[in-house]
Amino acid sequence: MLKLLWLMPAIPFSSSLLLVLFGPRLAKKTAALLGVGSIAFAAAVSITVSATFLSARPPGDVFTQTLWTWMDVAGFQPHIGLYLDAISLVMTLVVTCVGALIHWYSAEFMIEDEGYSRFFAYMNLFVASMLTLLLADNLLLLYLGWEGVGLCSYLLIGFWYKDPANGAAGRKAFIVTRTGDTAMILGLALLVKQLGTLDMQELMGRASDQWQAGSPYALAAALLLLGGAVGKSAQLPLQTWLPDAMAGPTPTSALIHAATMVTAGVYLIARTHVLFSLAPLAQHLVAVVGIATLILAGCSALTQWDLKRVLAYSTISQIGYMFLALGVGAWSAAIFHFMTHAFFKALLFLGAGVIIDAMHEEHNIFKMGGLWKDLPIAFWTFLIGGCSLAGLPLVTAGFYSKGLIIWEARTSQSGSTALWLLAIAGVLLTALYTFRMIFVVFFGEAKIQVGKRPGYRMTIPLLALSALSIVGGFVQTPAALGNIHLFAGFLQSALPSVTERTVVSITEMGSEGLVTLAFLTGLGFAYLLYLRKPRYAAALSKPPFGKALHQFWFTDWGLDWLYERLFVRPVLWFARFDSSDFIDSLYTGVARLSELAYRALRSSETGKVRWYAAGIVFGAVLLVSMVSFL
Amino acid sequence: MLLATILFALGLIGLLVRRNLIFILMSIEVMLNAAGLAFVAAGAQWGQPDGQVMFIFILATAAAEVAVGLALVLRLHRQYKSLDVDAASEMRG
Amino acid sequence: MSGLFYLVAAVAIVSTVLMLTRLDAVHALLYLILSLLSVAVILYIIGAPFAAALELIIYAGAIMVLFIFVVMLLNQGDRATALERSWLKPGMWVGPGALAAILLAEFAYALWHGSARQFAPRATDPKQVGLALFGPYLIGVEVASMLLTAALVGAYHLGSRTSTRPELPKPDHALRSEARNDYFAQSGIAPGDDLVRVGTNRPAGAP
Repeated sequence: MLKLLWLMPAIPFSSSLLLVLFGPRLAKKTAALLGVGSIAFAAAVSITVSATFLSARPPGDVFTQTLWTWMDVAGFQPHIGLYLDAISLVMTLVVTCVGALIHWYSAEFMIEDEGYSRFFAYMNLFVASMLTLLLADNLLLLYLGWEGVGLCSYLLIGFWYKDPANGAAGRKAFIVTRTGDTAMILGLALLVKQLGTLDMQELMGRASDQWQAGSPYALAAALLLLGGAVGKSAQLPLQTWLPDAMAGPTPTSALIHAATMVTAGVYLIARTHVLFSLAPLAQHLVAVVGIATLILAGCSALTQWDLKRVLAYSTISQIGYMFLALGVGAWSAAIFHFMTHAFFKALLFLGAGVIIDAMHEEHNIFKMGGLWKDLPIAFWTFLIGGCSLAGLPLVTAGFYSKGLIIWEARTSQSGSTALWLLAIAGVLLTALYTFRMIFVVFFGEAKIQVGKRPGYRMTIPLLALSALSIVGGFVQTPAALGNIHLFAGFLQSALPSVTERTVVSITEMGSEGLVTLAFLTGLGFAYLLYLRKPRYAAALSKPPFGKALHQFWFTDWGLDWLYERLFVRPVLWFARFDSSDFIDSLYTGVARLSELAYRALRSSETGKVRWYAAGIVFGAVLLVSMVSFL
Repeated sequence: MLLATILFALGLIGLLVRRNLIFILMSIEVMLNAAGLAFVAAGAQWGQPDGQVMFIFILATAAAEVAVGLALVLRLHRQYKSLDVDAASEMRG
Repeated sequence: MSGLFYLVAAVAIVSTVLMLTRLDAVHALLYLILSLLSVAVILYIIGAPFAAALELIIYAGAIMVLFIFVVMLLNQGDRATALERSWLKPGMWVGPGALAAILLAEFAYALWHGSARQFAPRATDPKQVGLALFGPYLIGVEVASMLLTAALVGAYHLGSRTSTRPELPKPDHALRSEARNDYFAQSGIAPGDDLVRVGTNRPAGAP
């Protein structure tokens, strides 16, 4: 049964190919069947494989399947091989199942679009690349998947290519992640040069043999890989592309930019955790990046008026939590949060799609209102998703995963109190912007009449995801609340557990209590500012300081402005300068020089006798002077 | 010797300055004459007749040249109706 | 002796200068004859009587007569005098004067620093010259005679006005430029255009 593993990436690849070749000729029903069916099939394979894996554990808790050797050059032999262990099992399960639900949703969501088959071709290609990334047994194959998901992201962001703004957003995404990818390939090159292989298990083994903790090679490699992860996962400083990526269709945003692609960076760091353990500085940097990003994105989310952009900044912020977990060594906590985040973020995006559809393509939340009666299913599922995101205590998955991360930030060997407090502040921010969004969209007076109502194909995924958003957390609970360690126990076969400090001044329940307090505070503020007295919210952004702060947070802490001036303008200036091809002018210069000489010589042929006689005299003078004086 | 050089230089100036063809031919005659003078002086210095022989040859050449040159002047005058040497500058460019 | 030499030399130079600056062709010719006469005297002074006689006969005689014939034939008149006046501006003399002066200076320098021998001419009588001509320079004499024959034929040919020779078109200067403009107007070229351009994509001949 485990041998069916290769079908998981293969089926979406082939369906994507079929859709590319024959898509325009297929009826929409057929295209949908092919597109959704392939992912559903991959999900089925994934479930079967997982069941087999869990029931009859293979030796060493690892299953490998080498398909063929990619290349064999000077002793460097990457294979096309699949590697199934606890991490990749969890992640592929999430990707395929959530992906299948999103595909089914988009079969109805995109029904009126003329690029129907093209959409499914791209989405399938994306899932196939993501699965390649997750199942790769060596870093080169992982990089192939990495590039593949980047490509699909670009294609899907600019899906409605007729509007040049969408193309620009796609380009921005591609170029910014490209910057990260360049760092990553440099890191891979370094690893190959030093250790001679990219096969992950061997790599980790050789790294821990050859390099000491604190080795400069490990540090360099880890930093470069971190660069790649930061780009793909939209963390500081490369997060500017994700809010603009909301120009793509909503199912794309749900699948790529919430649940799966943006977590590729988390996966990369988790896989190469040995390197990061060998370079504590890099690991600490991961945590710093995570915490900075989560606060930054949280503040920006408070000021956005576009529904999807709020969710985009929220994604950036939550991945910051995952990076924080990785940075303090809580590897399995990061994967746990990834799983729960996939559930509730996909849910929120799909719900947003329903809302925007119903509001006649209106994205501005301040133009919506009073929807809790008109769109009941959307309201309840969105509410569940939002509570999970903010971390409603005890019943939502988000509470458990976030609480675990925050607790580990305090107790881990590489954690600190500062990180812990900041993470709790992040919870406050998250609750604030989430409930701001919910209150403004669903409560208050109705401003626009509801247009389109979702059908069953859009509703059932919403319901399924909301169920998962609730129960998904129950696989790992704190000691005092059931002491379930299913998740961490399962992942222990692949990831080391976090090393804890011996003496802490606060218990886990105390930490959870503080988290709950932060949640309630955020909820209260949101209630006050957006439901009770909206005048206060407006009053906060009126005075000059408030206004400036609002503007600053709205533009993502000025990063877009900075990058525009630092990078974009010089490159454009140089391109414009070079458009007249100043290198080529060297060659045309030679031609011009000879033309000049020609003109000069030509003007000396006047046809006048006396001129020529003068020339003769001049020459004679020169000759005589040469003879007599030299 | 120096006289010959001076006369030669004067003839040269005349050649370059004047535009009338007749004058140009006259200046050429002056130059030839000066050259011949130089030859004769050189021959007399050494007491050999070679200088005078050269002078005779120069003289013959000058005569031939004047004959042909004046015929050409007549043709030019017929063609351009003027004796301006700059008028015959069609081989320019 | 040397006093006579300097006197005659001065006459030669002055008359040459005067010749160059005359407006009327006949006046200039007369001054030229004077210059040639003085050169003949100088030749006699330095002991070359044969050369002096030849100079007088051929140069001042035949060649000058030819000149005068042609000038009379062409019959320029007052119009030519006015034209000459307009051409001979004082500024014209500067350039050529400078060039010739440089040449002169160089020759003078060469002469000065050449042999330090004093100039002591010895007379050579015609008999010696005759012997040289019929001896080693015989070939030269024959060639000179051939040259003269050729000149004779050529001068006759060039100067004749037989109507069977094809007349060159457009003899009048004014007419010629008009026809030239017509031609250019037809083909779209303006006078003074470059007909060849380097480095651009325009077709040859287009302005």
